[in-house]
Amino acid sequence: MPELTYRAAVRQALVEAMRRDEDVFLMGEDIAEMGGSMGVTQGLFEEFGAERVRNTPISETAIVGAGIGAAMQGMRPVVEIMYEDFLSLAMEQIVNQAAKHRYMSGGQVKVPLTIRTQGGAGWSPGAQHAQQVEAWFVGVPGLKVVFPSHPSDARGLLWSSIYDDNPVLFFEHRLLYPVREEAPEELEPVPLGQARVVREGEDVTVIATGPLVHRSLAAAAEAEKDGISVEVVDPRTLQPLDVDTLVRSVQKTNRAVVAHEAVTRMGFGAEVVAVLQEQAFDWLDAPVERVGARFAPLAFAPPMERYLVPQPEDVLAAIRRTVARVD
Amino acid sequence: MAKVEKRRGVSEERLRDFLREMLLIRRFEEKVEERFRAGDLPGFLHVAIGQEAAEVGACEAMEDGDVFASTHRAHGHTLARGTHPNLVMAELYGKLEGCSHGYGGSMHLYDVERGNLGANAVVGGGLPAMVGAGLAFKLRDEPRVAVAFFGDGATNTGAFHESLNLAQLWKTKTLFFCENNEWAESTPGWQHSPVWNDMSKRALAYGMPAVKVDGQDVEEVYEKTKEALERVRRGDGPVFLDVETYRMEGHYIGDAQVYRSKEDRAEAAAQDPLVRLRERLGVSAEEWEALDAEVRGIVEAAVEFAKGGTDPQPEDALKNVYA
Repeated sequence: MPELTYRAAVRQALVEAMRRDEDVFLMGEDIAEMGGSMGVTQGLFEEFGAERVRNTPISETAIVGAGIGAAMQGMRPVVEIMYEDFLSLAMEQIVNQAAKHRYMSGGQVKVPLTIRTQGGAGWSPGAQHAQQVEAWFVGVPGLKVVFPSHPSDARGLLWSSIYDDNPVLFFEHRLLYPVREEAPEELEPVPLGQARVVREGEDVTVIATGPLVHRSLAAAAEAEKDGISVEVVDPRTLQPLDVDTLVRSVQKTNRAVVAHEAVTRMGFGAEVVAVLQEQAFDWLDAPVERVGARFAPLAFAPPMERYLVPQPEDVLAAIRRTVARVD
Repeated sequence: MAKVEKRRGVSEERLRDFLREMLLIRRFEEKVEERFRAGDLPGFLHVAIGQEAAEVGACEAMEDGDVFASTHRAHGHTLARGTHPNLVMAELYGKLEGCSHGYGGSMHLYDVERGNLGANAVVGGGLPAMVGAGLAFKLRDEPRVAVAFFGDGATNTGAFHESLNLAQLWKTKTLFFCENNEWAESTPGWQHSPVWNDMSKRALAYGMPAVKVDGQDVEEVYEKTKEALERVRRGDGPVFLDVETYRMEGHYIGDAQVYRSKEDRAEAAAQDPLVRLRERLGVSAEEWEALDAEVRGIVEAAVEFAKGGTDPQPEDALKNVYA
């Protein structure tokens, strides 16, 4: 099978949706001639033109709000917020408008809007260009939240997000853009709300998102050398959450670690831990371990940044703590 | 038969329709106040007494297929665009028959069939979506317009400035209708904006044509809105209407208006658009009473309809979260 990069995967979903459907169009900062700050939309301006690949002013409230208005007219806009940190500038539109129009109207309105964004540490941008903020949105009724770790998922989930009738926050991770995966050339939609068991194992389940899926796979390979069999599950969609797959896995392994790059405190993992204790308490042989960033804004200097952000060895240590505990 | 006066193109017959609509809204708002004070209505209510000419003039100038976003003071726009008073009142009573099926309330009136894409309780929150709707009409080459209603208070929000900038930059089919009643809740214009008595300067900063409108003269509102809509509909870009109007009552029902002088309230009362139109049309006391009785009957019937409506089941609260 050919190899697909995460960046090409996102681009392919956009291109195919735009070729199929005039109602799909893009808005965002620097997405046209420049091809986006991460190069994701390269070539799209040339193919689809300025009407459908719309360079915007630096104006996040208007970008998201215009997306909402076009979506309410039945279009399927995909807007790009250059860095996750900048979602804060559009928070009102996302949380009070996009998420609530359907509800407040008693079901009269749909907002099929996709908000693509990216972030992620590991390149020393400092505190305002790399934090992971997905947890802000998982607690907002009316929004869906997607965070793919693998190219085939990025492609298939973005397609499903564009064709979902609800506002979807689609999180990409900067360090994952060059990641490769064998995948068929043809786009296969991945439904929202389905987790993926990325690696099967028997002794402990690591529930990880984004780059921590890859770091957990590295940790699992290390653990294997000590005879610890690790299952890695990627929820892929944080809202709606595939609780069944997570619970089933933990009922099999009896141990769990949750891992994400966002800060541990009030992170998405906290919700997963709560769900596991509600639905798998009697199966657990050890407390669920949490792996996430330490509680500080992201530091600039590389040794400090690396210290804050969870690495494979942090996941491995958490795995060892759970299995060290005797039944 | 009296001669039909045709000043600036609006027939007397049409103006009489406007008068009826304005009076209906006035009586509706008064009834809302009454029922709220009686404890019938849950929540938080804002009436637009004094602003009926702006509402009716604008909404009558719009066409089927046009859409709009309203504000927390939305009863008048919703009624003037044709949503039945029964359905608006039922919404205020929290009934399933309401125009938002009990999910919205006074500050979130919707009626998609009539282009009402939602009253917004976040000041300025509805503007960006009207840029997006106007963009969709442009991209699809549809002869439709998205109208953003907002007050002078909204002109200090980032959403307002980002919306005007993007709309003008992209020439979206958006009309910005500023109901300048010179109050941002309890804060007077001179305390909240350096250009409070000339809001059109806000639009000029973005290169957007702005038109000053006497918001207490329904005919002027209608004509200037109509003209602006034609321009926007053609695709010549957005227009900003700076509509001077008066809020005769408080910010919300129950507002003691301790911040407002007697003189200011008297000045607002002297600008009552209903009195102006009635005098202009020379409506006799008899005619007025008949009209009043008719609209009061409609409002009473709306209250009866709403009271007899269906309460949602508590668990209905979990519906309509997702499409």
